[in-house]
Amino acid sequence: MDAMVRELSYAQAIQEAMAIAMDMDERVFLMGEDIGVYGGAFQVTGDLVERYGTERVIDTPISELGGAGVAVGAALTGMRPIFEFQFSDFATLAMEQIVNQAAKMRFMLGGEVSVPVVMRFPAGSGTGAAAQHSQSLEAWLGHVPGLKVIQPATPYDAKGMLLAAVADPDPVMIFEHKLLYKMKGPVPEGYYTVPIGKADIRREGRDLTIVATSIMVQKALDAAATLEAEGIDVEVVDLRTIRPMDKQTVIDSVKKTSRLMCVYEAVKTLGIGAEVSAMIAESEAFDYLDAPIVRLGGAETPIPYNPELEKAAVPQVPDIITAARDLVKGVR
Amino acid sequence: MAGASKAVADSRANLPFVYRQYSAEQLKQVLYKMYLIRRFEEGAEESYMRGLIHGTMHLSIGQEACAMGICMPLGEDDQITSTHRGHGHCIAKGAEVKRMFAEFFGKTTGYCKGRGGSMHIADVAKGNLGANGIVGGGIPIAVGAALSSKMMKTGKVVVSFFGDGANNEGAFHEALNMAAVWKLPVIFVCENNGYGMSTSTARSTAVKNIADRAAAYSMPGVIVNGNIFSEVAEASYKAVERARAGEGPTLIESKTYRHRGHSKSDRNRYRTKEEIEDWMSNRDPITLFENELREFGFIDDEGIEAIRSGVAQEIADGIEFAKVSPSPDVSETGNYVYTEQA
Repeated sequence: MDAMVRELSYAQAIQEAMAIAMDMDERVFLMGEDIGVYGGAFQVTGDLVERYGTERVIDTPISELGGAGVAVGAALTGMRPIFEFQFSDFATLAMEQIVNQAAKMRFMLGGEVSVPVVMRFPAGSGTGAAAQHSQSLEAWLGHVPGLKVIQPATPYDAKGMLLAAVADPDPVMIFEHKLLYKMKGPVPEGYYTVPIGKADIRREGRDLTIVATSIMVQKALDAAATLEAEGIDVEVVDLRTIRPMDKQTVIDSVKKTSRLMCVYEAVKTLGIGAEVSAMIAESEAFDYLDAPIVRLGGAETPIPYNPELEKAAVPQVPDIITAARDLVKGVR
Repeated sequence: MAGASKAVADSRANLPFVYRQYSAEQLKQVLYKMYLIRRFEEGAEESYMRGLIHGTMHLSIGQEACAMGICMPLGEDDQITSTHRGHGHCIAKGAEVKRMFAEFFGKTTGYCKGRGGSMHIADVAKGNLGANGIVGGGIPIAVGAALSSKMMKTGKVVVSFFGDGANNEGAFHEALNMAAVWKLPVIFVCENNGYGMSTSTARSTAVKNIADRAAAYSMPGVIVNGNIFSEVAEASYKAVERARAGEGPTLIESKTYRHRGHSKSDRNRYRTKEEIEDWMSNRDPITLFENELREFGFIDDEGIEAIRSGVAQEIADGIEFAKVSPSPDVSETGNYVYTEQA
């Protein structure tokens, strides 16, 4: 029998996943800044403290490095912490524990331990929060062997991938775009997982593959709807996981469409688009390409405060439409 | 641990803590292990000179009483996080020197299967969660382990070893604060050997004593002579009791000295020969402990000689074990990055 499917927001889906994880396993607990009575800066933990108490929904001091380290230490010794960074930008304060400790501990100790910690990072621009609260730093962590880095783009995936992350024996970093928190979509009740390391073809098409991440998936789908009216048939691949990357799904798609565009919000240079492009250039799909690969990424600037500048700093639907049209028509 | 009997305890009433608390057999075992740490590090240093060990290493020669004293009241289930100068902690917590040598030699029989080396030596089965190459890196991790202990009600106490250099890292302050706020069963042990690499504590640290910083986090701050085993063990014993009783953390500052340089690149330009010579000749922790044991009638020259020769044999066997152990295959370079690959 199919589970009951409701419309939930992305934030509600995450909250439900955390509640299910805590119901299923007493080792699971939540840590973060103002995640208790405040409910989290984006109300993702909401009222969970009322259901699970302050012992399992732990407000930390404003100590990102120490807090992340406590989560790592708890995971190392048998617990299953879910650690919320208030903003993904604050990962910069905790990089030591994430990169040197969580990611490497199993390796350094020859496989004697594992670190099943989940870290959640509200990310991205569009909220007027300016340069220190709007970054997309997922590629930083994607560069580190030992970590798994995911970017769910829908409420369904947000719940299923969080539950997969909690069940995963290794550290999983979840980047949640802040503008997605209010996005609604169908979410089944109860427990299910969406696998880490598997991309999803959101829309099938013949003329062009757009590999998108996070909020850019929806923007690519919106662009594809417009382009369809012009007779351009776009395939949209939601990468979902940036480490380990699902290369085969992208390769197969590019072999089918012969054109590739990567769309992501993070700064364009040295990012996910570079990785996907290089991966295709190294693969058998290279011979199928009919046009140069195109990357659409964030501007080479910090995120500006002014709303018009802020929008201009990251790819928007019209940018995707124009770039896709030019790519298919060979305007380069 | 079984302590001294009542009659024996009465006859020792005026002796320092450990001589009242522990049996002669236990104390002889401590001397054995202090020698084991010293000879292990000398053996590692010699193997390095002979090209059998690559990379670098940080020797704790001169700090053995601290590792042994802190670990004395710990049970096998209790846990520690250690530092880049962590060979002594590892042995004190119960590791076998043969598997430590094997790790230094990069062999599959090493504690980390040759992936970690000196700076990441660990023995998880014995409660050593690992040395750490990042100054202060293990301190929040120890607090997390203590949080696990509290949440799972295991009764475990966690010790975080770190050096004087770490007390100026943000991680130290964040971790001590959280441990105190949450009253966690953790003991912070600062082995103050006077220098963070070349920079003296006087030049790097605003407070006179690192233990003074405990006041900022509402926990006891205890200063001990880190070269006197009994002093260290007594402070550790009290901190363990406090932690087990749910009263929260303690900061112990153990003032000591490393005889060797910071690492293998050290030219010792920041301290005088006289200073080093003074610590080696007049305040060596093994000599001090050995003299006390002899003075209080716990051991005689014959007993000491038996310990020294036993240690020499264990070291020789350990090095041989490491030499003949297999190296990992290059095809296994990618192992242990993720759990599924193990």
